Amino acid sequence: MSARLEAALHAGRLELVASPHLKGPQSTVRIMWTVVATLVPVVAMAAWSFGLSALLVIAAATLGAVGTERLFGQGGSLADGSAALTGLLLGLTLPAGVPLWMALLGGAFGIGFGKLLFGGLGQNVFNPALVGRAFLQAAFPIALTTWPIPGQGWSRWAGDTFALPLLSGGADAVTGATPLGLMKFEEVSTPFRELFLGTTGGSLGETSALLILLGGAYLAYRNYLNWRIPVSILAVVAGLSSAIHAVDPAGFPGAPFMLFSGGLMLGAVYMATDMVTSPVTNAGAWLYGAGIGALVVLIRLWGGLPEGVMYAILLMNALVPFIDRATQPRVFGTGRRAAT
Amino acid sequence: MSPRVTTPSEDFLRGVWRENPVLVQLLGLCPALAVTNTVANSLAMGIATFFVLTGSSLLVSLLKSWIPKEVRISAYILIIATFVTMADMLLAALVPDIHKALGAFIALIVVNCMILGRQEAFASKRPVGRALLDAFGTGLGFIVALFMMGTVREVLGNGSFLGVPLFGDAFEPWIIMILPPGGFFTLGLLLLVFAWWEERKDVPVHPRHWPHGVTVTVDAGGPGGSPAGAGVNAPRSD
Repeated sequence: MSARLEAALHAGRLELVASPHLKGPQSTVRIMWTVVATLVPVVAMAAWSFGLSALLVIAAATLGAVGTERLFGQGGSLADGSAALTGLLLGLTLPAGVPLWMALLGGAFGIGFGKLLFGGLGQNVFNPALVGRAFLQAAFPIALTTWPIPGQGWSRWAGDTFALPLLSGGADAVTGATPLGLMKFEEVSTPFRELFLGTTGGSLGETSALLILLGGAYLAYRNYLNWRIPVSILAVVAGLSSAIHAVDPAGFPGAPFMLFSGGLMLGAVYMATDMVTSPVTNAGAWLYGAGIGALVVLIRLWGGLPEGVMYAILLMNALVPFIDRATQPRVFGTGRRAAT
Repeated sequence: MSPRVTTPSEDFLRGVWRENPVLVQLLGLCPALAVTNTVANSLAMGIATFFVLTGSSLLVSLLKSWIPKEVRISAYILIIATFVTMADMLLAALVPDIHKALGAFIALIVVNCMILGRQEAFASKRPVGRALLDAFGTGLGFIVALFMMGTVREVLGNGSFLGVPLFGDAFEPWIIMILPPGGFFTLGLLLLVFAWWEERKDVPVHPRHWPHGVTVTVDAGGPGGSPAGAGVNAPRSD
């Protein structure tokens, strides 16, 4: 090392830093908050449909996630916004009438068991929001499948919102079945227009396909999500359900109903595309999306539950390391695949 | 090779806490996961195992000079199986409901590696008194661990303790806690708390300040310090 360089180092004018020295304008923080921003219309729609209860449930889930990250996360991991996004997404998968303590617990469980136990952001295998949802679904199956009907005004609480921790409130709420539940158990179809605009029963974020697609399109345009994942999910769901519908039109719903009902849009656009838990290769993204689509159709049509998006995504999350390994590109100029 | 010299109180206390069979040695996890959905079941399983362990340790320690080295494992298993059969019949006669709830898991005490481990590692090498002390301690540690798991799972999963309701009719049970996943969650959390308790004593590593204004932090952002996903650079934290 030259004497001048050494002198500069000692004077503190030069700083030793490790690579990379060229950085793009993107950052985890920016991506997370952009995704949150695109969810604002969805949240607003939830509030418009289900009243103040919706906002409180989403706030409680976010508080649970952020609080857990604050308590147990390492080195200022709260600031990257990923915990807030997890809580927000979890809130959007819940029915409007769940007690707030359940939403809080779900957020805490999702971040604690779904993310921090694996080592924090970037290390988790499963989508933390869906881990929280799956826990709540297994722990409180009744509360999680009680769907308040939308459009009852702001002032009316949608259910047991203010139940004390560990207790249910026993409030009388006007509830109804979701379009998928109606289809599965009563074989009643819901008009397409209602499904698309989101004036049907369901989870907070399950309702408006239009707003979710708009947000997803913007994220895809900014390259914050891999468009191949939602496209392949939706294409496989549409293709499979059309084929099955063509064979037995009376027994099975057609593609429009399958695409725009339930949590498929929210799952395909916001859950399956989580950067941490989806494949890094483009070929892998197609495969991963196709797997989710096929599982969704299987669970919805032949499974015991009316909706299967959550389990489909979690199952494919588990396969992501294998998909990544199987779809490594060839090393340029050679015939062999890159080592993983 | 003579074993390390230990005091009698050490022999007893070791198994209760510091080398707790379930929470530290991770032995006997099958009953700890399978039958701890209520406090009563946990206690019954703990006491049955305690009985088998004490009886086997006593007999193995008494017979250690007569058991040929080559067939010692089969001999231990025979001795353990004898006491398991006794425990099975006793439970069936005294508490038939719990006997029914525990089902095959009573017979499976035979293959509880914690019991065989104590015979192989301790009772077959020590005098009767020490072998008994060790069995008491380890058995008590097993009961403590199962009791802790049973308490967490029954309180959350059923809102009761030993069948007595704690929260009244409005309680919303966490159904998952009395199902198998709840067993794994509870055990995982208990192990986490134990590991944290042990690690707490270690001195934390402070960031080292090198000259030239370079700060080297050991494990700075933790594993989460790496970029979140594909092709994105996380901002530098320093």
